[in-house]
Amino acid sequence: MKYELVAGFETHIELATKTKIFCGCTTRFGGEPNSHCCPVCIGLPGTLPKLNRQAVRYAIMAGLATHGEIAEISKMDRKNYCYPDLPKAYQISQLYAPLSIGGYVELSNGRKIRLHHIHIEEDAGKLIHRHGDTYVDYNRGGVPLIEIVSEPDIRSIDEAREYVEKLQQVMRYIGISDCKMQEGSMRCDVNISVRPEGTEKLGTRTEIKNMNSINNIARAMEYEFERQVDLIESGGKVVQETLRYDDATNTTSPMRSKEDAHDYRYFRDPDLVTINVLREEVEEIRTSLPELPADKCRRYIDELGIPEKDAQLLTKYRKISEYFDAAREGVKSPKTVSNFIIGQIFRRTETESDKEVFDVSVTPEQLNELVKLLDSGKIRNNLAKSTLEKMLDSGKGALEFISESDMGGLDEETMITLCRQAIEENKKAVEDYRGGKEKALKALLGNVMKNSRGKADAAAAEAKLKEMIG
Amino acid sequence: MGSIAKIHEMLTTKQCSCSELTKSYLREIEKSNGELNAYVNVTGDEALKTAAIVDEKIASGEQIGMLEGVPMTLKDNLSTKGIETTCCSKILKGYKPIYNATVWDILSKQNAVMLGKTNMDEFAMGSSCETSCFGGAANPFDTGHVSGGSSGGVASAVGANIAPYGLGSDTGGSIRQPASFCGIVGLKPTYGAVSRYGLIAYASSLDQIGPITKTVEDASIVFDAISKYDDRDSTSKGNVGGDTYSKLNNDIKGLKIGIAREYIDGVRDDVKNAVLNAAKVYESLGAEIVYFDLPALKFALPVYYIIACAEASSNLGRYDGIRYGYKTIHYNGTHDMICRTRSEGFGEEVKRRILLGTYVLSAGYYDAYYKKAQNLRGTIIKAFNNAFENCDIILAPTVPMTAFETGHAVSDPIETYLTDICTVPVNIAGLPGVSIPCGFNAKGMPIGMQLIGKSFNEATILNAAYKYQQAAPENFKDTKWGVKL
Repeated sequence: MKYELVAGFETHIELATKTKIFCGCTTRFGGEPNSHCCPVCIGLPGTLPKLNRQAVRYAIMAGLATHGEIAEISKMDRKNYCYPDLPKAYQISQLYAPLSIGGYVELSNGRKIRLHHIHIEEDAGKLIHRHGDTYVDYNRGGVPLIEIVSEPDIRSIDEAREYVEKLQQVMRYIGISDCKMQEGSMRCDVNISVRPEGTEKLGTRTEIKNMNSINNIARAMEYEFERQVDLIESGGKVVQETLRYDDATNTTSPMRSKEDAHDYRYFRDPDLVTINVLREEVEEIRTSLPELPADKCRRYIDELGIPEKDAQLLTKYRKISEYFDAAREGVKSPKTVSNFIIGQIFRRTETESDKEVFDVSVTPEQLNELVKLLDSGKIRNNLAKSTLEKMLDSGKGALEFISESDMGGLDEETMITLCRQAIEENKKAVEDYRGGKEKALKALLGNVMKNSRGKADAAAAEAKLKEMIG
Repeated sequence: MGSIAKIHEMLTTKQCSCSELTKSYLREIEKSNGELNAYVNVTGDEALKTAAIVDEKIASGEQIGMLEGVPMTLKDNLSTKGIETTCCSKILKGYKPIYNATVWDILSKQNAVMLGKTNMDEFAMGSSCETSCFGGAANPFDTGHVSGGSSGGVASAVGANIAPYGLGSDTGGSIRQPASFCGIVGLKPTYGAVSRYGLIAYASSLDQIGPITKTVEDASIVFDAISKYDDRDSTSKGNVGGDTYSKLNNDIKGLKIGIAREYIDGVRDDVKNAVLNAAKVYESLGAEIVYFDLPALKFALPVYYIIACAEASSNLGRYDGIRYGYKTIHYNGTHDMICRTRSEGFGEEVKRRILLGTYVLSAGYYDAYYKKAQNLRGTIIKAFNNAFENCDIILAPTVPMTAFETGHAVSDPIETYLTDICTVPVNIAGLPGVSIPCGFNAKGMPIGMQLIGKSFNEATILNAAYKYQQAAPENFKDTKWGVKL
């Protein structure tokens, strides 16, 4: 019997607002424990929450970027449960009227992973276990989160990977979060079940929490899929439970914490008023959103003639596409610019975080200038390449390294001189070529190119050599 | 003349200094608080510090504001920075807020002289002040009777002249009922008129802070001062209806006063007669009395208890001994610690309401109780709106009876809940309501009546209240206690 994997995600993303969702405390990471706190986010008696509209705006951006429908009326609800990291004994969240409904994330295989909704809520504090004691740090308490809930549309671990990566990419692109799983600004819980291939009915699902990297998610899902299949095949039943993933042993095991309170007694938070989202505001936000990576990638392929793989690389991080767009202003072929970026500049930004930041020593304007010199025929490709290396080493512009005499290509007289010189210095190669070895010409060509310091046009030089050899 | 105006005159004409005045209040508190148990915390040093500041201002010829230098008190659920705020609960004994409630910020900036914090039912849950962990406050008319609740301490202090005025809070009648029991004035503003920031919450959609005073003009002055928009409270609107003090003496000829039959029929005869007599006084002043039906009133009590307890069960979840307040001494693990702390720290009535509130919100019961109560709340609001199409204000009893004897309430919680029947509808509808004395029973215990207004129409109800006070001053009787101005 073959089994199919069915999965859905609940992803929490910390919004990069300056202040917390219900008070003016900073959301800055780190700091002395309990130093980014105030009466409101510690939930002192008598305090009241005040909604940070920037958090609402960021959530709307997230909804629009995932093609969701933004609610006209949205409400905040209290999710009541008892845990030391939750100072009010309730989390202000949304159940009955979330900010964004529906939407999807499109994968490269054409499948759309549908979203159920996106809502905003406050983060809880952090428990720190040390020397047998447990401490609480409320710095993180009140940081705004969006929770993105997907439908159980994922059918493979590769799809799961891509879903998470695409979410990360989009949210970083629109600038609402840095989505760093290792730092906790993006957290994923996976709901996973299995069913016999070809059947419709959903199996009992388990929820896996506590995975702090995409690789761990993949490994955890792999393990859990096998575990569920084995259980069913041996006559057992999957129990609906919350599991934690242990990356040391690569296993999942039931969580024993009290977080498993099932009855949250949700009710509308009476301290907060209805959020009215005007259609004008939504439109204004929509127009202010940057072009989304998927759309930009498509445009690079269709309109600029960039190969798909290259387009994906250019659009992976917003800063790279911004760099590319600036550098290709008015050039003959954007593909040329793309080649320089991917071929040479990428070697200077080796890691993913380097690429995300894309802090390179050559400005897009400088690259633009170099390519325009190439376009005008004043320099040849080889010179352009070597010049770019020098530019990357020094941060200086092209004209620092290209003199007047380098430009304008090679005049006819110099070409003849260099060809004659090559012929005279490589008599054996000339004989081999006359004897039928086509490849021997390359040695002569290489000689001409070298002596011309890259200024010679390779095709023209080859033709001249042939002419002169006869 | 109202107490505030009188004191202001005394200070500005230098009949006495603020320090002297404050000292006389502190002396009287010392004399009588043992019997009255109105104050749970006397802040003599802070009071005298502020009094000294005011005296300096007066000495240097500076103008002082109406409330400047006037001694007063705050119910012990209002956060006062650095000063113990307990809600009269064991679970908050020793808790000192690190910030001020907005209303206290407003008044202390005007150099109000706070004499101390006053007694209340624990977490504002009660109608007699007896659920307080410090024991109840006594009624200044007869100490064998309760002061009422939950702002029982404020009412007792003001009625006994050991505070010229005080701020209480009203969720289901907690300002109006003790004011009625103690023969004084109590105003519950429109929901949203006064910022709740710093009021230790009982039921967030019902709570309001308001003045308890000897006269209507005092209530007007204090309300005008504290009803300011506060952006820290998202439900705050401020005084949308404008100042009330300048309109107190407006002519009420032609004012349409509605009386709901359901209100009158359910109360004891002495209360009913006093209210109907008041109606006659209003008629003699040129107002028009209009009778109408308000059948939705019968849902008010269950709607109130369901909504209030639900919200309270959530608001009181934070008291777990981890960050502040009482913490149990012997325990085995976090869960055990929290359970024991709350079981030991909360009183019986608070636990009763938390359990009830948790139940009505729980899965399977949410629709049947909480959701239904919210829907009925809408029905009650509509019923009042309809009533106000045909009248300007509504006249009603404040409580179906006069102050009961001490110990009576605790023995029968359900009957005690029923005493709220006249006051809770006003909280449910978010409307303003003022209680003023309108008579006495055979034993000389005060009877109170309510004037209920449209949203943000405090000016209208205070105007009507003031006119009544002028026409029937014999009902605003003083007691033997305290400072005679």
